[in-house]
Amino acid sequence: MDVLFRNVRELVELADKENKLISEIMIEQEINMSGRSREAIFEQMDKNLVVMEQAVERGLNGVQSVSGLTGGDAVLLQKYISSGKSLSGDLLLDAVSKAVATNEVNAAMGTICATPTAGSAGVVPGTLFAVKNKLNPSREQMIRFLFTSGAFGFVVANNAFISGAAGGCQAEVGSAAGMAAAAIVEMAGGTPAQSAEAFAITLKNMLGLVCDPVAGLVEVPCVKRNAMGAANAMVAADMALAGITSRIPCDEVIGAMFRIGQSMHPSLKETARGGLAATPTGQALAAKIFGSAVKVD
Amino acid sequence: MKFTSVFDIIGPVMIGPSSSHTAGAARIGRVARDLFGRKPKWAKIHLYGSFAETFKGHGTDVAIVGGLLDFDTFDERIKTSFELAKEEGLEFEIIPETANKEHPNTARIVLGDEIDELSVEGISIGGGKIEISEVNGFKLRLTGGMPALLVVHDDRAGCIANVANCLAMHHVNIGHMEVSRIERGLTALMVIEVDQNIDDRIIQQISMIPNITKVSKINN
Repeated sequence: MDVLFRNVRELVELADKENKLISEIMIEQEINMSGRSREAIFEQMDKNLVVMEQAVERGLNGVQSVSGLTGGDAVLLQKYISSGKSLSGDLLLDAVSKAVATNEVNAAMGTICATPTAGSAGVVPGTLFAVKNKLNPSREQMIRFLFTSGAFGFVVANNAFISGAAGGCQAEVGSAAGMAAAAIVEMAGGTPAQSAEAFAITLKNMLGLVCDPVAGLVEVPCVKRNAMGAANAMVAADMALAGITSRIPCDEVIGAMFRIGQSMHPSLKETARGGLAATPTGQALAAKIFGSAVKVD
Repeated sequence: MKFTSVFDIIGPVMIGPSSSHTAGAARIGRVARDLFGRKPKWAKIHLYGSFAETFKGHGTDVAIVGGLLDFDTFDERIKTSFELAKEEGLEFEIIPETANKEHPNTARIVLGDEIDELSVEGISIGGGKIEISEVNGFKLRLTGGMPALLVVHDDRAGCIANVANCLAMHHVNIGHMEVSRIERGLTALMVIEVDQNIDDRIIQQISMIPNITKVSKINN
């Protein structure tokens, strides 16, 4: 079965031509490719949404990872928001705290839904459940948020990469943040083209980001990278909705991310041998957790 | 096109912490078990690249063993798979390798029991998606996302037609097929991706076709 879009340009053109949402194009393509019914596809995505809701809830109640490196930051952020003193805004920090909550659950070997990966699982649900409180979407709109995210992730996965091991954190949290930004725009009533601009603006600001997890654990700096990925997505969505466009087209930004990832040194692609993992503190933490020194490039 | 479904991107639902190193690893283990056809008694698990460097932190080892025990990516029992393997009589060895493979997240699992053994090499390409890249020395490309048949046969005329005929008789449609052999006239392997799960009756019929030495399947 033929795909309906291979890049963002085709995705936006198709949505414009048929006067449809990006989420609708993604749903139609899924029906085409899988031969499954619309109801079955919606039902599966609804189940994913339920897993995301439960992970956020669990994280906001406070979790701790086995290594002790992460956990509890989502709780701190929620308390801070309640104090009324936040500078960057309650909605933004709510997205950040919910992204953190999800990744804290992930680090604690809890159940999550990968979006597009487990290491980047916080950004899409984090922004979704924060924006939800402002836009009051229907359940269907919330499910559509995931299809819109998926449409952009689909393009990145097939034209570049979505894992830190393959392309660095830019490929992982970078892609997740772009996906979230595009979906926020659609939920807020923006155009398909604005979704693409939001994706481009987000990914441009995450280009070059390396994957350098301390002790090889998906914890430090992954949890805080998800926090900032969520913040990046929120701001880029607002910029696109304000009418700001990216001078470099979305597909070319994805192409740039791919080439940067290819030229990235292996020590910076999830091997825990460079970057923050290779700092004295990173090394000391690894030695403490595993009881032995780790190799550094 | 490596990724064909939106659920490759939004999904899978899984136990943390890493889709490539935990969920993908569990899937490689589970496909290896499927191909073996029953619970193995022993397994040697060779890890390469990033798998070898970071398996402890990602639970890659417990995930593969969980897969060998037939656990899905979201099965909470993955966390305690080492203990469960012991209870079920599965002996395993985790072997981090220093050699570099083409893909950074590669695992080779040699598994067996007193009757047979099988070698399966898989790569985890991100987001929990995998490809099986080698089975018993045969290069292939199998995603595990579709039901599939692996047929080992003597490299003789008519084998492929006979297997295709058998599938046709049971109205099983072939979506993708590839054939490879190590040397002309010796052993060859058919990899056949099909549209629906294949029941054991068909497997039995295929295994009775002349020159067919082994048939295994992956259901979905």
